[in-house]
Amino acid sequence: MKFDADVLPEIAVEGVGKSFGAFTAIQDISFEVPRGRFVSLLGPSGCGKSTILRMLAGLIAPTHGAVSFKGAPVGEPPPGMVYVFQQYTKSLFPWLTVMGNVEFGARSPHAARRGRPAGHDECMETLRLVGLEKHAASYPWQLSGGMQQRVAIARALVARPEVLLMDEPFSALDALTRESLQDLLLRLWQELGLTVIFVTHDIAEAIYLSDEIVVLSHAPSRILKRVAVEIGRPREQLATRESPQFLAHRRALYEMIVARQEAA
Amino acid sequence: MKDLRERIPGVAVLVALLVLWELSVRLKWVVTPTWPAVSTVFETFWQACVDGTYLQVFGSSLQRLVIGYLVATFLAVAIGLAMGVWRRMYLLFEPLVELLRPIPSPAYLPMAILFLGIDDGMKVFMVAFASFFPILLNTVSGVRSVDPVLVDTGRTFGLKRAQILWRIVLPAAAGYILTGMRISLAIALIVTVIAEMVAGNSGIGFYILSAQRSFLVPEMYAGVIALALLGFALNKGFLALERVALKWHEGWNAAAA
Repeated sequence: MKFDADVLPEIAVEGVGKSFGAFTAIQDISFEVPRGRFVSLLGPSGCGKSTILRMLAGLIAPTHGAVSFKGAPVGEPPPGMVYVFQQYTKSLFPWLTVMGNVEFGARSPHAARRGRPAGHDECMETLRLVGLEKHAASYPWQLSGGMQQRVAIARALVARPEVLLMDEPFSALDALTRESLQDLLLRLWQELGLTVIFVTHDIAEAIYLSDEIVVLSHAPSRILKRVAVEIGRPREQLATRESPQFLAHRRALYEMIVARQEAA
Repeated sequence: MKDLRERIPGVAVLVALLVLWELSVRLKWVVTPTWPAVSTVFETFWQACVDGTYLQVFGSSLQRLVIGYLVATFLAVAIGLAMGVWRRMYLLFEPLVELLRPIPSPAYLPMAILFLGIDDGMKVFMVAFASFFPILLNTVSGVRSVDPVLVDTGRTFGLKRAQILWRIVLPAAAGYILTGMRISLAIALIVTVIAEMVAGNSGIGFYILSAQRSFLVPEMYAGVIALALLGFALNKGFLALERVALKWHEGWNAAAA
């Protein structure tokens, strides 16, 4: 899979806020994501991280401010972006097989606007990429949680996105599965030249994956800090997580997030 | 094998009752022309099967039933989808539905005859009207039970509203819709028979009633037995279709539990 390199995707969030009735979830948030970056939104549970991601995706509209993708304001979900949900059991179509789910992505309207749609062979190739080629004929609910989330990722990839928006995609998985999927995601991100915006409340996960971490406060949510993660790549579960830079980031972020939580 | 053995007591009760029926006539416990031996009834039943009487009688009944039922299904699913998706549509029609739904269908038969006469049009209307509500209500519940994550998944892949309805909401609500359709199938059979008994000169309802009126007592019983078999077959047939259509549903439910 190769993507056109002539247009630079770039996401810009300008003065975005979101209220639900009298409740202000997001106060006033601005940041931008350059092409090819891996950026995490990190914050405590209920801080509105997912709400921000849903606004980036065009799934909900901000109360004020604007989101733009490649210079165009985001209204409805734009082609070139795919949202991967935390609840893979609810996001996969239970009436379609694994292959059926992937082909749904390949034949989707957004895929059609990104050049020649992926055929059956390319869908199979993508399933191989996530290690599920032997399960093409299974139904998603016959698979383990980790495998289901890999189906969801394969389904997203065949729509040829430039940007993956991932909402705590691994938080419902056990630790070992989570780590193997983190490595799978990093591999795909690098091979396919994706831009990833990744929501998590797991500090170590954010550091391990990201180029940059946007740290968010409790609701009404605003940006506490933007942290550049200066750890070389490729990253590796044991070595990276034991490196002094990793530990230093972890301590700083922990203090920033947990200390505030306790003060609140 | 075990399944078969579990069925033995139930079948035994059935056989015992038939034997009792036969004995009650043979041993002259009951002596009246309105209670023929079950063997006579089955003979009549077999005769009517072979000479094509039932083919004609059930042919006209089934035609009305199927047309009315299909019209009801089509309308109920379409309107149910709209009511399930758009709250305004729901608020617009909900009071009307709640008022019409509890009316026992035979009650509006006289009105239907006034407006539509006693021919097929009236019977098809009766079947469609009575079958409509269970499918409608189940479709509305089904649509409302569709997880918003599924709909958002469609949106993030660029599906338009109509595509989301057709490709996501409809299959996701299929379990509910088919349940409504199964309830309505039984109702459709009831209403067909009632409408044929009240008006007209064809169909199984008319056949049973006219047999009774002409003192063709075994024919009357045989008609009822034929109707029992038809109802049984319709339900079994529907369940088989449902199993094929919802092959995924059972395993999915089990996995979700």
